Formats: sequence, structure tokens, C-alpha cells
Amino acid sequence: MKFLAARRRSPIVASALLVGALAVVGGGYAALGSVQPAEAALAVGSQTQVEKGEQLYLEGCSSCHGLKGEGTASGPTLVGVGAASVSFQVSTGRMPLAAPGAQAPAKAENPYSEDDIAAMAAFVATLGPGPAIPTAEQLDYASADEAYGGELFRINCAQCHQAAGQGGALTQGKYAPSLMDATPQVIYEAMLTGPQNMPVFSDAQLPTEDKQAITAYIMGLQEASSMGGLNLGRFGPVTEGVFLATAIFAALIAAAVWIGIKSR
Amino acid sequence: MTTTSPVEKAGGATATYVDERVGSNKFLSRNLGKVFPDHWSFMLGEIALYSFIVVLLTGVFLTLWFKPSMAEVVYDGSYVPLKGVMMSEAYDSALNISFDVRGGLLLRQMHHWSALIFIAAMAVHMFRVFFTGAFRKPREFNWLIGVGLTTFGLLAGFSGYSLPDDLLSGTGLQIARGIVQAVPVVGTWAAFLLFDGEFPGTEFISRLYGVHILLIPGLILALVTIHLMLVWTQKHTQFPGPGRTNDNVVGYPLLPVYMAKAGGFFFIVFGIIALVGGLVTINPIWIFGPYMPDQVSAGSQPDWYIGFLDGALRVMPNWETIIPGVGWTISWNIFIPALVVPGIIFTVLGLYPFIEAWVTGDKREHNLLDRPRNAPTRTAFGMMAITFYVLLWVGGANDIIAVAFDLSINSIIWFLRFALIIVPPIVFVVTRRTCLSLQRRDREKLLHGYESGRILRLPHGEFIEVHQPLSEKDLAVITAKHDYVPLPAPDKADADGVRNKKYRAQMLRHRLSEFFYGVNVPKPSAAEIEAGQHHAAHDAELEAPLHEYEDDDQIRTFHGGVLHHPGMPETNAEQLEQEHRS
Amino acid sequence: MSDLTPHQGNADDHGKAPAKLGYSPVADIPHKPRATDTDPKAARRAERQVASMFLLSMLFVVLFVVAYVGIDKTTVVYIPVMGEVGASNVALGFTMGMAILLIGTAAIQWAKKLMPDVEVVQQRHDMVSPKKATLEAEANYERGKEESGFARFRLIRRTLIGAMVLFPIPLVVMLRDLWTPTKFTEGESPADLLSTTLWTDGMRIIADGTYQGEDNEVDSGGEIDGEPVPNKDSIAHRPIRPEDLPVGGLIAAIPLDLPEVEHIEHNLNARGKAAIILVRMEPDEIRSQQGDGWDVEGILAYSKICTHVGCPIALYEQRTHHLLCPCHQSTFDLADSGNVVFGPAARRMPQLPIGVDEEGYLVALSDFQEPVGPSFWERG
Repeated sequence: MKFLAARRRSPIVASALLVGALAVVGGGYAALGSVQPAEAALAVGSQTQVEKGEQLYLEGCSSCHGLKGEGTASGPTLVGVGAASVSFQVSTGRMPLAAPGAQAPAKAENPYSEDDIAAMAAFVATLGPGPAIPTAEQLDYASADEAYGGELFRINCAQCHQAAGQGGALTQGKYAPSLMDATPQVIYEAMLTGPQNMPVFSDAQLPTEDKQAITAYIMGLQEASSMGGLNLGRFGPVTEGVFLATAIFAALIAAAVWIGIKSR
Repeated sequence: MTTTSPVEKAGGATATYVDERVGSNKFLSRNLGKVFPDHWSFMLGEIALYSFIVVLLTGVFLTLWFKPSMAEVVYDGSYVPLKGVMMSEAYDSALNISFDVRGGLLLRQMHHWSALIFIAAMAVHMFRVFFTGAFRKPREFNWLIGVGLTTFGLLAGFSGYSLPDDLLSGTGLQIARGIVQAVPVVGTWAAFLLFDGEFPGTEFISRLYGVHILLIPGLILALVTIHLMLVWTQKHTQFPGPGRTNDNVVGYPLLPVYMAKAGGFFFIVFGIIALVGGLVTINPIWIFGPYMPDQVSAGSQPDWYIGFLDGALRVMPNWETIIPGVGWTISWNIFIPALVVPGIIFTVLGLYPFIEAWVTGDKREHNLLDRPRNAPTRTAFGMMAITFYVLLWVGGANDIIAVAFDLSINSIIWFLRFALIIVPPIVFVVTRRTCLSLQRRDREKLLHGYESGRILRLPHGEFIEVHQPLSEKDLAVITAKHDYVPLPAPDKADADGVRNKKYRAQMLRHRLSEFFYGVNVPKPSAAEIEAGQHHAAHDAELEAPLHEYEDDDQIRTFHGGVLHHPGMPETNAEQLEQEHRS
Repeated sequence: MSDLTPHQGNADDHGKAPAKLGYSPVADIPHKPRATDTDPKAARRAERQVASMFLLSMLFVVLFVVAYVGIDKTTVVYIPVMGEVGASNVALGFTMGMAILLIGTAAIQWAKKLMPDVEVVQQRHDMVSPKKATLEAEANYERGKEESGFARFRLIRRTLIGAMVLFPIPLVVMLRDLWTPTKFTEGESPADLLSTTLWTDGMRIIADGTYQGEDNEVDSGGEIDGEPVPNKDSIAHRPIRPEDLPVGGLIAAIPLDLPEVEHIEHNLNARGKAAIILVRMEPDEIRSQQGDGWDVEGILAYSKICTHVGCPIALYEQRTHHLLCPCHQSTFDLADSGNVVFGPAARRMPQLPIGVDEEGYLVALSDFQEPVGPSFWERG
């Protein structure tokens, strides 16, 4: 792009670029500095909690993930996945896996209590450094900018989870699940750990405030009233077409038939 | 008229005033009593007309607030999740219509719903016309106009879908741009001219706006006018029935019955659209966000009428040819599904009346409709085409289907790649055989009357099933069938030994005609029909004494059972009693 | 083709002359009188039904106006089955719909119950004009041809045809300026423009979507050619270090210059070509890439614009390394040079060669080595 090169020679642009570059560098360092602890922290649980977690792990998880979380043919290694990963997979009922399939589906019920999950998470966190379970502070999206979150959502999330968060198809029977029942913790942990085929969105890339903004936007989607009436599941034109072909045409043709029948 | 109200007097004066200037009473005298046949399927076209009127009406309202501009603005309306977001003026004004104009959202939703209804009603109307053979002489032009209307309907719909500049509509435009670019030789330039350069540019929405609100509606309005004038002069077709012939039209006069019914139906269609617009969301643009060329939503779908095109694009294998040396790229993978396939669909659709007339050599005027079963090849062909279309539709919605039914998009596409070739011919064969079976049943009815399902034992021990004679109406409907004979095979040379130069074309036509008319269950002769109906009447006579004993209800209790003739020792009543006791 | 002669229908019909007003009842059309025909009470009831529907319609119009004035457009109500919905839209649509619908049902009920339901018959006539009219038309045509001299004046005829063929040309020619190059695209052909993007050697890669939001009131960083330039201080450009992107991660990214270019050009054209995604996998998972060493420690940069018809793609499956297009489901394997593994796209996703600058940030090493986005004729 010639015009740009020409512009860059101008002194104003040069100084602007310099200022920009400095800001960028500074911002980058600041961002990195702020995220470092959360990323690398070895979440330390109490000794008893870890022991309890290990016990639960050996009973429920080790057949697939190996006795020391090293992974087997039927399950990936858990070294370095972090406590957040355990919390996400178990609390949403994805793990333990009921049956092999294209991907682990979320289940309404899971056999573990919150304490159990915390214990297992604590144990898995000891296997290697990984993302910790987000703190209540991190999950608090009350002051987040919803519109900014919407922007980030459309850039990073909508391509798989659909603009209204209804989910969508991936290849070979895999799918991005609906976000309509996701809690802030589940959303945060999913971004942090990249479960199954979802990419990881680290705190360096989407800092806490960005994740909070995205959470705020998703919560907004969950709570949004349907200003136009019945929302048809917000799947887009396909369900609208189905409604057209069934309900609307049923009504129109019923009217036409009524007009055509002779009165008695 | 015994009394004349002041209103009527004024009306009469107006009529005279107008007549003295334009001669309108001549027209009124001929047409106020014009007869229109009544059938629910004849109202499908009316649905299209009325929804189009609603589209125009709501569209005019929307133009009052919509700004067709791609200039960037920062949103500052009342929808909080988009506050402060950069967007085009078009999207901004569409949001304002939805949230800051009272009733604006209702107008937008009515506009969109009625557009969907308009195109769907045209399609269904077209099916009715096709399967009943209403496109035959003298109505071929009107069929062509109908095909034109459908095409413009698609363009009107797509151009409207693209105007709000939300993420979904922009994605549709990006695809449209990709398709234009794939046109061999001129595609790149065409795309640059249309979009004023690269995608998305800053001009396209305002250009499309002119097309959407002026050019296409104008064309549709002109074609609709001609369409209706032709219907008016040619008079509506009718289904066979008592008293109905090819040379008359049986129905209700324009004034008052037809006018009340057609006018009433306009208000019903309008009312239903307003209700749906108020109660059911369509295209919630605020959820999709503003268009950005580097953003996309999963499940990005076009409206239903473009679905077949999207499906074709998905199903197509990824063929592309680069001509070596010159480096020209032919994108078969886009060009074929997006341009060649719709091109073929609409061309065949438009030419079908002429093709059928040529193949069958049928030059008569047809005012009496075919029952679909009586034109098995046409019906089968139509069902085959619809199947093809529906399969493309499935392709267009396969990601939604995959999620809803726990399938894999890849398997659906692979299934469709084969199904599109295999399933339509199967449907053709099945439909044709079904039509023939129905014809056979009609023939049976003519020969033997209805099967009542009641078995009668005659005094001499014979069991018969009672057949009932056909009703007047059914007799008229079934006997309206016309048995066509395929065109004869041409001779290679005439009697003088001069070679027939058109032999090949005539032979092709003969073969096609054989194919078209070759399957048929001939209607029995008049004498056979009379004998059959007479026989059925005789059955009824045999059964008649039973009815003296029992009321209809009790006879029905014995449906499929054995009824005893009164000559037998047990009466029907006794038999019933025994049943109850045991 | 004697077998295809018109089926004459019921020959009797031709004998029946229309009695009045062009139609006459036909005896063999069955007709049963309705309750409203025989029972005056039923007729009265029908009259009351119709009238009350008209009355209700008027009432709904009043309700519509009340709802328009009285209901705030942001009010939300809970309605069973529908859930929480916008009160204004539902109320306006319902009242307006009912007002209109009731007029329709009233008219139909009136027609069905109270207007005559005896079907009548009207004769049709063939569309073909009477012989006399055809002859007259022919004679008129001949006279016109003769009088105009269309047949005689050969020169006039030919020049007329020529003029008729040529006169629309200005209308077509004027379409040429539907596209004129701007000062930014001067001298470049469509094919050139489609083949280049903003990426250049050393262009920093920044994460997409970090420069908008609530406070995007851009403070001017000076002016160039009368155009304000955004002050980069006020915009959080976020450059990317390799360590920001974990294995399995995905970042939607743009060139550092893009916000500035967009600000100057006032369009999104550059974005539509330059958008990329960065993904990271274990270096040993990369089976091939489009150029040697185009990755940085397993970080790969690919165009975000589908090579099929141009939808942005970022449905990245981090386990399979497949990239899926939501529009037509072309699937690309990013661990294998971005090659097509499924779907209608014919060409691989173009890869952007990337490296790290002195400050440790990811940069492009050049522009894309092949045109991004959908095919075009001159692409090669």
C-alpha cells in the first residue's frame, strides 16, 4: 500500500507511531504483568483436600486419564490442565464421560458435590501448573461494559456459538454448545481452558476485564426479553422458515378453506 | 330497488359523472356480474397478491425512517448492548426503527413476514397451477409472467434482507459478491462496478436501496397488473364437477359474493400478517450486531427462498479449473451451484408449458383443470423437481439440522451429494405409479361403484360386498378425465418415397409423447360406466330391506361383518342382541 | 391428429342460452338451501354476528391508539408461552391485527351466510379473435405499412434499425463509472487490488476488536490531507507476543495499520482482506506449512477470509486443527498447509509468514504470497 508508506514518512505520523508503539509496549507489559500470577499459579489446596481429591480421582477418572494423570489411549493427560479444567468438565457433567462419542455432552446431573469437585481440582492442580479456578472477583461482571463484551463476543465467540449464543455445528458431529444455561464460572473456565475442541483464550489475550465483558454480554443474551414477541429459539432464518411453512400457512390455508366451504 | 338512500344517490351520481368522462359503465355492465369459481386452492395467488400489498404499504412506512447509508456512526439509541459501537447509518437507523420508533418494530416485522409469505404464496400458487395443468393454452403467457414474478420476488427479498447491514445481511452480501466474482471473464469487473470497488465499499447499500424500493417493486407491480388482467380476460379455470365444462365457468358473480370474499380475504391476510408481526419475532438484527467483514455468526442462513442456493453451494464438490498459461480461473464450485443450477431451474420452469405442448401436440384450450393423477408424467416430473429443491433446502439448513438431530454436517452433505442424483428419479417413478393406481381406483369406481365394506349374504348363500353408486359430483369429476393418445411414429419417407427431412425431430417428439402419455389407465366406455353404476344400484336394492329393520348406526356396527338377508332365520336385530348377550 | 381434437364436454350446455346478466343457474348443479335461507332467526343471528365483528374491529382500533400512547416502548411483559416480550410490539400488533382480521372475517361471514350461495354459470369464449377482426387488423397493418413506406424506403428502414440498436449505448456506457478508483486505489486494476493486502514485512499483528467500545471518541493525533488521524494513545492496540498465545489458542488479528487506514479511507475494504487468525499448536503437530519457517514456535497465521465465497472463518477446532466455514462448511486443515479437507472450497487458506520483531512482538514477514478470499477470473 503505497499511500501508507508515503504517509508514514510524514513527521506527524512518525511521532504518532512512536507514541503508539510506546503505549503498546507499555500496555503489553502491564497486561502480561497482571496475568502472570493467575496463569502460572499452582493452586495450593490443603493437604487433606488434595488427598480426598486423589481418592476421588483414582475411583472416577484414572481408568481413562491414568493413575497419575498421564493419560491413556482413551483419555488425554491431565498434567497441566489446571483446576479450572476439572471444575468446568465435572461441574457441567461432561466428565466422567458416559459413552465415547464425537464429543462429551453436558449433562444436567453429575455425581460429585461441589466439595468433591474442589478436591479433585486441587489434586489435578498438583500434577502440573495450569489455570486456577477463577476467583469471585474475576467472575464479577457487574461493572463490565456489555457493548464492549458484545464486540468481543462477535469477534471471538459468535463464529461457533452463534450470535445469539444458541450454539452451532462443527465438523463430524461435533458442536459448539448453547450458552443459554452457562454460568459466569463455566464461561470463564471454558475460555481459560479451551475444553474439547474450543480454542483457549488465555488471560494474556483476553484479560480478566475482557472476559468479564464477554460474560456480561452472554448474561445479557440469556436474560434478554424478546422485544418482537415469540423468539423462535433465535436460530435465525431456518426456524423462521419453519414457522412460516407450518403456523402461518396453516392459518392462511385454513382461512382459504373456510371461505371455500359452503355454509349450511 | 324500492328505496334509494342518499348515499346510493350520491354513488349513482358519481358513477354517471365518471361514466360521462371515461365510459366506465360499459366496463361495469360487462364485469360486475363476472363469474369466479370457488375453491380454496384458487386463493393461494390471492395470498401472494395481498401480502405484496402489505409489503408495499409497510415498506413505504419504513422508508420514512431508514437511512440507506454505509457512513459510520456510533450507536447512541436505547438498545444498551450496542451502545457506543461503531456501525453503519443503515444499521443504526434500522435499530432506531426497532427500538425508538413506536410501532417501528411491528412495521419491520410485518414487512419481513409478509415478504416471506409473498414468495411462499407465489411458490405454492405455482405448484397448484402446475399440478392442475392450469398453465396450458391459453394461459402460457401468464405462467411465464408468474415465473418472472417469482424471480423478482427472490431479488426483492434478497435485496431487502441485505439492507439493514447487520452481521447476517452483510454475510449474505459477501457471498453474493463471491458469486459475482466467480462469473467467468467479466466477474471481477462486474463485482467492482456493483460494489464501487472492493468489498464491502461504501456505496452498495444505497445502490441496493434504489433497486429494492423502486426498480424491483415497479417491475413486480407491472407484471402483477398484466397477470391479473390476463386472469380477468381469460376467466379463471375450474375443477371438473357437475355442470362444469370446458366452455363455461361456474361460480359466484363478482358483485356481491366474490367481491366480499376476495375483499374479506385481503383483510384476513393483512390481519394475520399484523398479528404475526406483533407476536412473533423475525430477524432480530440487534442480536447479530453490525456488519464487519471479519466477523461471522455460526448458523448464518439466508431467508428460506435463498436456502436452496445456499444448499447447492454447500453440496457442490470443490471443482476449479485454472487455464494454464493465461492463468484464468473458472470456479465451477461457485459458478455451477449459484448461477447454472438456478438458471436451469428457472429456464425449465418458464419453458415448461411450451415443452409440454410440443411433446404432447396438444393445441386445445384448457379451462377445465386436470386432476394431478390424470397427468401422471407431469405430476411425477413436478414432484421430482420439488424433491430436488427440498433436498437443496436440507443442504442449506444442514448445520441447524445437524445440531437439532445430533447428526454430522459432513454425513448430511455426503448423503445429499448422492441423494440429489438418486432420490428425485425414485420419486418420479413412485409418483407416476401412485397416479396410475389412483386412476385404476377411479376406473374401478366407475365400473363398480364405491366399495361399502359391507358383506351381504344372499338367500342362496352367496356373499357379496355391497357396492354403492357414485354421487353425481364424483361421477362428474371422474368422468372428466380425457384419455390422450401419444403422437404417432413418423414415417421415414412419405407415400411418394420423398425422404422425411424432419424425421429425427419427429421421432424424438414421438418418443417423448410415448413417454408422456404411455402410462394411462383408460376410462371405461360410457356403456360400461352405466352398466357398472347400474350394478351398484342393484346391490343397494338387495341391501335395502335391511334398512327397514335397522337404523344406519347398527348397520355400521357390522362394518366388514356379515349381514343377514331378511330371508334368513336370524334378523339383524336378533344377531345384534346375541352379540350383546355374549 | 384427430385423437387430440377438443373434448367437447357435455354437449347439452351449448343449448342453454344465458337467461339474464350473462349467466344462468344450471339445473344439475346441486344446491341445498342454508339455514339462513330458510330460517329468519338464523339470518338475524348471522346479521348480528357480522355487525358485532365490525363493531369489535372498531374497538380494537381504539385499543391500538390507547396502546400506542400508553405503553412505553421499553416495557416488557410476561406472557405465558411467549415468555418475556416487548409489550408495545405485542399490543400494537395484536390490536391492529385483530382490527383488520375482524373486518375480513365479518365480510366472509356476510358473504357465506347472507349473500346468495347459488352457483351461476357463465359461458366462455375462445381467446382467438373473430375472423372479421383479424382481417380488419391485417388490412390496417398493410395500410400502415404502405402509408409509412416502411417497405419502400430501404435506406430509412436500415438506418432506423441502426439507430434503434445504438441508442441505448450511452445508458450502458455511463455504467462504467459505477466504479472509479479512489486516491488510494489509483492506477491499480481490480485484480491488483484483490491480490494485495495491508500486510508488509515488519507489520505488527494486533488483536482484533480492541480499539472500539464505549470511549472510542477518537482524539485526533493530527491531520493528514485534512483527515484526522487517530491518536494511538487513545486506542488500546494490543500487539501479541508469542507467549500470549497458549497451545490450542486462537486470536483474531489485524495489521497494526488497519485502524488508521480505516479512519482515513472510511471503509472496511482493507479489513475484508487483511483479517487473519493466529493459532498455536505443538510444533511437532504441524505436518506442513506453505513456506519454510513461516511459523513462530508453532504459531501459524492464516487468512480469515474463506477461499470459497469469502465468509470470515474462525470456527477453529483446536484438537483436530480443522477450520470450518459457517456459511458453506468448507473445512481446512491448519496443521497441513491449510489444505481443504471437506466442502466446496477449491483452494487452501493462504498462510501469512510471521516472525518476531526486536521487541518480541509478532509481525508479518511479507504480504500474503497468494490472493486471499474468493476466486476471481484473473486470479490464476
